[in-house]
Amino acid sequence: MSSTTNTSQHHTSTIGAIGTPSRRNTELALLVFSVVIPVFAYVNVGLAIDDKVPTGLLSYGLGLGLIAGVGHVVVRKFAPYADPLLLPLATLLNGVGLVVIWRLDQSKRLQLRSTFVEAAPRQLLYSALGVALFVAVLVLLKDHRILQRYTYISMAGAIVLLVLPLVPGLGVDIFGARIWIKIPGLGTVQPGEFAKIALAIFFAGYLMVKRDALALASRRFMGLYLPRGRDLGPIIVVWIISILILVFETDLGTSLLFFGMFIIMLYVATERTSWIVFGLLMSAAGAVGVASFETHVQQRVEAWLDPMNEYLLSQKGVPGHTEQSMQALWAFGSGGTLGTGLGQGNSDLIGFAANSDFILATFGEELGLAGVMAILLLYGLIVERGVRTALAARDPFGKLLAIGLSGAFALQVFVVAGGVMGLIPLTGMTMPFLAYGGSSVIANWALIGILLRISDTARRPAPAPAPNPDAEMTQVVRP
Amino acid sequence: MNKPLRRIAIFCGLLVFALLVRDNWLQYVRADDLKDDPLNRRVAIERYATPRGDIIVDGKSITGSSTSNSSDFEYKRTYKDGPMWAPVTGYASQAFGATQLESIDDGILTGNDDRLFFRNTLDMITGKKKQGGNVVTTLNAAAQKAAYDGLKGRGKGAVAAIDPSTGAILALASFPSYDPSVFAGNSQADAEAWQKLQKKANPDEPMLNRALRDIYPPGSTFKVVTAAAALESGLYTDADEKTDSPLPYTLPDTTTELKNEGTIPCKNATMRVALQWSCNTVFGKMGVDVGKDKMLEEAKKFGFNSEQFVPVRSSASNFPEKMDKPQTALSSIGQFETATTPLQMAMVASAIANDGKLMKPYMVDKLQAPNLDVLEQTEPEEMSQPLSSKNAQTLQSMMETVVKDGTGKKAQISGVTVGGKTGTAQHGVDNSEKPYAWFISYAKLADGSSPVAVAVVVQDEEAIRDNISGGGLAAPIAKSVMEAVINSKQ
Repeated sequence: MSSTTNTSQHHTSTIGAIGTPSRRNTELALLVFSVVIPVFAYVNVGLAIDDKVPTGLLSYGLGLGLIAGVGHVVVRKFAPYADPLLLPLATLLNGVGLVVIWRLDQSKRLQLRSTFVEAAPRQLLYSALGVALFVAVLVLLKDHRILQRYTYISMAGAIVLLVLPLVPGLGVDIFGARIWIKIPGLGTVQPGEFAKIALAIFFAGYLMVKRDALALASRRFMGLYLPRGRDLGPIIVVWIISILILVFETDLGTSLLFFGMFIIMLYVATERTSWIVFGLLMSAAGAVGVASFETHVQQRVEAWLDPMNEYLLSQKGVPGHTEQSMQALWAFGSGGTLGTGLGQGNSDLIGFAANSDFILATFGEELGLAGVMAILLLYGLIVERGVRTALAARDPFGKLLAIGLSGAFALQVFVVAGGVMGLIPLTGMTMPFLAYGGSSVIANWALIGILLRISDTARRPAPAPAPNPDAEMTQVVRP
Repeated sequence: MNKPLRRIAIFCGLLVFALLVRDNWLQYVRADDLKDDPLNRRVAIERYATPRGDIIVDGKSITGSSTSNSSDFEYKRTYKDGPMWAPVTGYASQAFGATQLESIDDGILTGNDDRLFFRNTLDMITGKKKQGGNVVTTLNAAAQKAAYDGLKGRGKGAVAAIDPSTGAILALASFPSYDPSVFAGNSQADAEAWQKLQKKANPDEPMLNRALRDIYPPGSTFKVVTAAAALESGLYTDADEKTDSPLPYTLPDTTTELKNEGTIPCKNATMRVALQWSCNTVFGKMGVDVGKDKMLEEAKKFGFNSEQFVPVRSSASNFPEKMDKPQTALSSIGQFETATTPLQMAMVASAIANDGKLMKPYMVDKLQAPNLDVLEQTEPEEMSQPLSSKNAQTLQSMMETVVKDGTGKKAQISGVTVGGKTGTAQHGVDNSEKPYAWFISYAKLADGSSPVAVAVVVQDEEAIRDNISGGGLAAPIAKSVMEAVINSKQ
């Protein structure tokens, strides 16, 4: 039976596939909003800054419309039963992100910086590339279970991606963190964003195979199932890799993200709470241990505990200190409940990385508490759709991959937004879709593509059971 | 696998919830603290986003606004006769913040004050640009000029002049001074100008507002407070009553003799004669006889030992709270730990001139909205009554004798009754530093009204020590300030 069969042809079956609506029209309707809202925001910024409708409105509107349209058509064709919310959510975040990046391009203060480049046109290009990758995932990846074959290739790929920034001549150190590589002519790439997906595939494939061993072969001790010594191997390897990332790339965020993702997937695979306890203990020990000798990490923690002092030190010109954290807090505070309105804030005072790592602060100042809460809830919805996909998935590999990707997504949002808002120490990662950065936007479009593929498989009507010779005889109800 | 999945879903929900809570904490609970944090550059950006309102003296603005070429700030503060008015205006600098009136009435000047909210909202709807309001001061331009010109070239010093009947401040000058225009901007030149004015680079402390923020030993000018205490306590009732004053006078419980300056008729002198010649022995003993508690009480009634807000804060002048008898004697002639701001001594003179009633000093007459509507009008307010009307008049007649026949002759103005008191305050270890020359006075017109009371303190580095006396250096400045006020009234 092909997947396109519908129930009407099978009314003879008592357990015939339940008619799952494809929800593609819902998605289309939502997508209209996802394009119209950023276009309005774009006009709003233009009116606020130059008192006129921005000249690029048509190309911007068409660009975003095209991204959404192509995405939708491909989903309709290649993943008709996929979740209807993910694409509109990603498009909306990508769209408003573009608007705010363009708004920061108009900032005279940022234009004076020596490193200034017009970011919005590039980001539009990256978004297009991201959607192209999204399309490629949906077209080429007919079934997510194919990825299972590439478990160990993914692992190798992830490790290469993670090590790249450490290669001399290739890696670049930006504000203390070595998580970028420089490709001549193309700019910088953050391989960690792609490693996130590769690692999720590896963990899902690996844990699916090993989960029984990890879950069952254990001793009970004080209400906890203690894993056998030899089963501790994988978690220790991942832990060591995370620590190495922290030490050599001095990036707390990436390290936390990978380890957190692994713990989540391990817990889901084994259903053993003891893994979470182990994971928390190990990450705490690792973080404290590294912080005891790594000055960069110590500085980040101090800046988090006393951002004002960090600001004053940076104003005095003490090297290694940055005013960004305090500037971001001021931006949030100055925005208040409703914000200053797009284009009317001074979040550009943050200076470096105002349109990437710190982009949320611009939302905070110009759209206020209301705007940031809306953005956070949009992220929450993406995660919720991801978890729902995991719940709906019928195969363990799909479940693990979906929860790994959505868990990592949630952790990343938490780590970045929490860092910018001063809830946790700041780390060098970007808000998915919102922030300026090619790697991030491309990788996250691929992530959404994979989730859509899993959800399409999950929500697709089950193929009708093989024709039963006795079917006619047991038939009792006929419409 | 679904049970752990649901738990992970809850965990992810908690992550988002934590972010929402934190965001509410930042953007709702702490929003105003962060928004109004003086280090938050938006405060300065907002301050200079529109032409700043003006500070006004005698109907003319002493400040202005010019467009600025800074990337952050559209406008820049300018000042007319900056050094002369700096003790009144304070400064508003893009780089270094704002002080005094520029800071206290910042809301009115920028147009952000809550009282302007309705107007701003209307302006926003009608598309008009936000405007700042004005701060109209009580100062008298002629008196201020007389005060500043008098101080200029005399080393360090300060003048405070008050209208005794209302408490309105007429002059507030400090020298050396600074031009707030030179660092109003945000450029390298502004930063250098600022550095040059700091105490580290400039020991003369041009940015110190001596009229309000520095305290000096008042010397003999304090004797009028001692005289007021003696009259109020009933120790003596008449200016021409012989006092019980031995000469030489040995400080109680010691063998130290209190000296007078030169040979002057101080033995059992009347209060009038003692004030005329500034007898240390008479007023030293008088303070001891009144007692330290009543002395302190009287000083406090004049405003000692508390900060004044005019609305710019002035330092608290000091009359010691704990002292023994010899210290009481010294304090009563303005020595020991007695120290006062020029404003405080002007308040003393003004209370005596106003028949004993001390009016609360103030320098902002009214706050105006951009369309000149009055947002706030300062009403004169009685602060205390340090002495009765009768005793005040007794003290007036004594102070008038000082100017007519005593140490204060240089303050005489023809056709005007002037009462005053000179002072020469020694300071430094073993009086090593140059003394302060003081003069406090008031002018009284033919109709009995008193339009001005003034206090002058000068420390002249160039003058020869012996020549420093309040009568010689400070009285002429006081005279020209009083004349300026009287002339501007006519």
